[in-house]
Order: sequence, then structure tokens, then C-alpha cells
Amino acid sequence: MAEPLLRIANLTLRFGGLVATDNLSMEVAPGELHAIIGPNGAGKTTLISQLTGQLMPNSGAIYVAGQDITRLPSYERSALGLARSFQITSLLRDFTAADNVALAAQAHAGHSFRFWADARKEQPLREAARAALKRVGLEERADVLVSELSHGEQRELELAVALATRPQLLLLDEPMAGLGVTESQRMVALLKELRKEFTIVLVEHDMEAVFALADRITVLVYGRVIASGKPDEIRSDEEVKRAYLGEQHAVTSQG
Amino acid sequence: MKSLLNPRNAVVALVIAGLLLLPVYSAVSGNLFILTMFTRIVILALAAASLNLIMGYGGMMSFGHAAYLGIGGYAVGILAFEGIGSGFIQWPVALIASALFALVIGSLSLRTRGVYFIMITLAFAQMAYYVASALSRYGADDGLTIYKRSSFGPLVDLSNRTQFYYVCLACLFGGIYLIRRIVNSRFGLVLQGVRSNEQRMQAIGFNANRYRLVCFVISGTICGLSGALLANNTDFVSPAVMYWTRSGDLMVMVILGGMGSLFGPVIGTIVFLVLEELLSQVTEYWALIMGPLLLLIVLFARGGIMGLLGRFSRG
Ligand SMILES: Nc1ncnc2c1ncn2[C@@H]1O[C@H](COP(=O)(O)OP(=O)(O)O)[C@@H](O)[C@H]1O
Ligand SMILES: [Mg+2]
Repeated sequence: MAEPLLRIANLTLRFGGLVATDNLSMEVAPGELHAIIGPNGAGKTTLISQLTGQLMPNSGAIYVAGQDITRLPSYERSALGLARSFQITSLLRDFTAADNVALAAQAHAGHSFRFWADARKEQPLREAARAALKRVGLEERADVLVSELSHGEQRELELAVALATRPQLLLLDEPMAGLGVTESQRMVALLKELRKEFTIVLVEHDMEAVFALADRITVLVYGRVIASGKPDEIRSDEEVKRAYLGEQHAVTSQG
Repeated sequence: MKSLLNPRNAVVALVIAGLLLLPVYSAVSGNLFILTMFTRIVILALAAASLNLIMGYGGMMSFGHAAYLGIGGYAVGILAFEGIGSGFIQWPVALIASALFALVIGSLSLRTRGVYFIMITLAFAQMAYYVASALSRYGADDGLTIYKRSSFGPLVDLSNRTQFYYVCLACLFGGIYLIRRIVNSRFGLVLQGVRSNEQRMQAIGFNANRYRLVCFVISGTICGLSGALLANNTDFVSPAVMYWTRSGDLMVMVILGGMGSLFGPVIGTIVFLVLEELLSQVTEYWALIMGPLLLLIVLFARGGIMGLLGRFSRG
């Protein structure tokens, strides 16, 4: 088997007495779409944050293409091709959509200690921003302030910003959270396109989407991996059914 | 596109015209006092504009900005005292000394955020104040008289009130133009991005603190120039220019005019110093009126005077 693009070895993170990531190991092969599922509070977001450097693990290691990145600050991980979207939208609210994306492109196109020329007139950056916005269907909204975009549009912009950093590994934390039916369908269609180009780690609650998209699925409960495998294997796994899928169905049928 | 003809731009244009023509008015009316007063206003407006770069655009609440007024001033004063009168030496030294000071305190302070950042910048400025008070060769507490203003050969004569005023005004307009370029440059966008959402900027690949530090140094350097001008204006420099209340005044000028607006600090400085002058003529307890007045403006006009004018331009 090829060297994994992402390898996580015995990762542990504690918040006081709470073990949010519990001796977690997993691998993501180049080109695959690897879904991470698990009940609320399972530690999915915490895991993504350790991968992209917003949180530092207590122990264990993270390798990207064989390189140990465990202690790198997040901006250096971005340079290595890791990009994330945030479950709770995290954008520059007082900037336009185009500015948000152009800044992401700027971070990966030469240095930014340039003090004189108008950055909004740099055509390559504006071009890159336009392309990323077009991908997620926001080209018409380029000049709108983020604070004036709808929730759905902000979710799409999250993705455009990640794309503009020209990543090799996309880590998407519940990109469908809070989207309506049509918006969700658009997002699934988009992810189907993106998976052809990028290796993707997808955290998602929408089981239908996960089983439709994923090459492999890892199930987290209390910060531990309880199962990992192809969608069919996960569907028929007894422990997963007990620990998660059954409960999840109960939850969704109530809602 | 926003219309160019709105109250905000009209006020800015009027103020620019007023500042340019002030010496003419002073000469015609024979009112020398107004020229003296506005020379001081223009110099402190440059300091406020530099503070606005870190406060308004960088989101860093520095409470020690007056330190650079002192460092720039002492660079001029000490060199003059030691017999080096050329402005071509004095002013670059003032700028470099300010930049170095900013680099050192910036790299230490920027490890902290919020209230700690405010406190640590304040502490460093007070340290500079006490160091200056201990310079016995250079007057210690009493300060240092500058017997001859910085000389620029036949270029300009700073002892001439009008020429000196225009030199200060050129520095102010030049500084604001520089800040305008910076704010719209790659660097400036990163800086404002970091102010808006640091986590997001780090995640897309920016080392936020490096940009903050460079901004801190640029701001301190510009304020150092203001300090060099101020020392020339008063023919005197003393530790008092670095006292924490002066840093507070600069912050108030920026907030009053409008943080993160290019021309706001100029308006804020004019309003602050003119009010101070007028009120102090009426009563010696002027601070008791000034304080609540400023509080009202800060509370009810978010974005300061420029923000207030902006609201009218929407309609
Ligand atoms: N900064 C934090 N401090 C303390 N506890 C946290 C913090 N972030 C997350 N947690 C806890 O860690 C656990 C995992 O959270 P999270 O990763 O957000 O779960 P998920 O994304 O799977 O819903 C939860 O119990 C949560 O309350
Ligand atoms: Mg989560």
C-alpha cells in the first residue's frame, strides 16, 4: 500500500479530566474521502483542530506525507497543504467574500511584506478568488460583506477559502451543518466534484451523505476509534450499530 | 461605488484646506497664537495617526505610545546637547531609536493579548519615563532645553514659524498617505484580517504575530518623527512627554476621531486640543467637563466623529 497522506499515531488530548482524544490512531490514503462520524461530543472537531494546529495534543504524533507535523503552528501546516473548514463558521466578517478568498490565495502566492501596491488590484489573486467562489456557487456574491451573507452562503465561503489555499488535504468539519435541503444537495454535489481532486477528511452528521460519499469511514466514540472500514463494513458493524447508528436513528426520528 | 460628495469627505476636505491656509490667516489677522497652537495639533495628529495604525487597523490597544514621543524628542535633544545639530543626523537617529524600541517592546508585549497587552505596553512606557528621569547629564526630571532647532542647511529654517508649520504639515500628510498605502497593501489586508479573526488568518497560512510586530515597529517609527518635531516645537524635551497620561490622551484622540479611519485621528486631535484650550480658559476644572464629554462621544458615537459623519452619508 502507498504511504498514507495522513497518519495519526496514538494521539491523546485531555481537557482536565475529560479525554477528548483517546490514544487515537488512523490513516488516510492519498485520494480517498475519509469520513469521520460519531455522536456529539465524540471529539471529531477536537481531532480536526489538532490536525490543523489550533489545538496541541498531549501526546502522540501526526504525520503528513511522512513528515512529523505534531508541533508545527497552524500557519506552517497550511503551507504544507492542510486546509480546514470550521464547523462554527470562522470568517473575516467585516471583509467581502472576495477579500476572504483572495487573502487565502495571497497567503500561498509569495510573501505579504509588501507595503505599497494596492493588493485588491493584484489580478492573479482576484482571479484565484473568483475561481474558488465560482466553484462553490458564490461568484455573484463576491462583493458582499460576509456579515451580510446568509448562513448557507457562509458555509460555502468556508469551503472556497479552504480551496483557495491550494491544499493537498481538505479537512471539512460538518460542511452541511445548518443547511437547508437544497443547499445540502448542492454541497453533496460539490463534494463529489472535489473528491476527484483532493484527499478529503469529512466530518459529517448526515449519514446519507456520508455513506454516499465516503471511501472509508472511521467511527469515534468518547475520543476512541471504535471501528474503521468501508461503508458496507461500518453499516453492518454490531458495535457501531449499538454505540452510534441506532442512537442516531432514534435522535433523527425524534427531530 | 460610494459617492465622493458626502459629509465625511466634505469635512476632511475642509480640514485639509483649513490646515493648508492657516498660516495665511494667522499672518493676515496677526493671530500668532493660533499658528503656535495648530503647529502642536499637527504634530500630535501625526502621533495619533501612527497610533491609529496599530489600534484601528491592527487591533492592538497600545497604552504606551507616548514613549516614542520621548524617544524621538530625546534623540534630537541629546544630539543637540552633544553638538550635533544637523537634522539629517538627528531625525534618522530619532526614527531608528524609536524603531528599535518598538521592536524590543513589541516582541515582548505581543506574547500577550487584551488587558495584559495594554498593561505591558503601559509598563514599558513608564520604564522609559523613569529612565529619562534618571539621565542626570541631560537634565533628569527637569528636562533638557534645546538651544538650536534641527538644522537642514539652506533647505528650510525650522526657527521660522511658518516654515516649521509647513514642515510639520508635510510630515502629517506624508504619514497619512503612507498609512493609506499600507492599509490597502498586501501587508495591510493581512493586518486587518488578523484584527478581524486571528484563528482564520493562521489557518490560511499567516503568522499573525510577525505582521503585528512589523506594524508595531512602523507605528512606533512614525511616532518617533512626531517626537522629533515636538521637541523642535517646544525647544525642550522632558520625561513628562512620556508620562502615561499622554499615552492616554493619544488614545482618546484616536477613539474620538474614529479608530480605523484614515483621517479620524486628525479630526480627533483637533477637537481634543481645541476643546482643552477653550475649556481651560473658562475654568481650571476643565478636565471635569472634558472627561464626561469624551465619555458621551465614545458611548454614543461608535466609530467616533468620522463614524458619526459616515452615518449621515448613508441616507
Ligand atoms: N476547549 C475545550 N475545553 C474543554 N472541553 C472541550 C473543549 N473543546 C471541546 N471540549 C469537549 O471535548 C469533547 C469533544 O468535543 P468536540 O470535539 O467538539 O466533539 P464533536 O465535534 O465530536 O461533537 C466534548 O465533551 C467537549 O465538551
Ligand atoms: Mg464538532
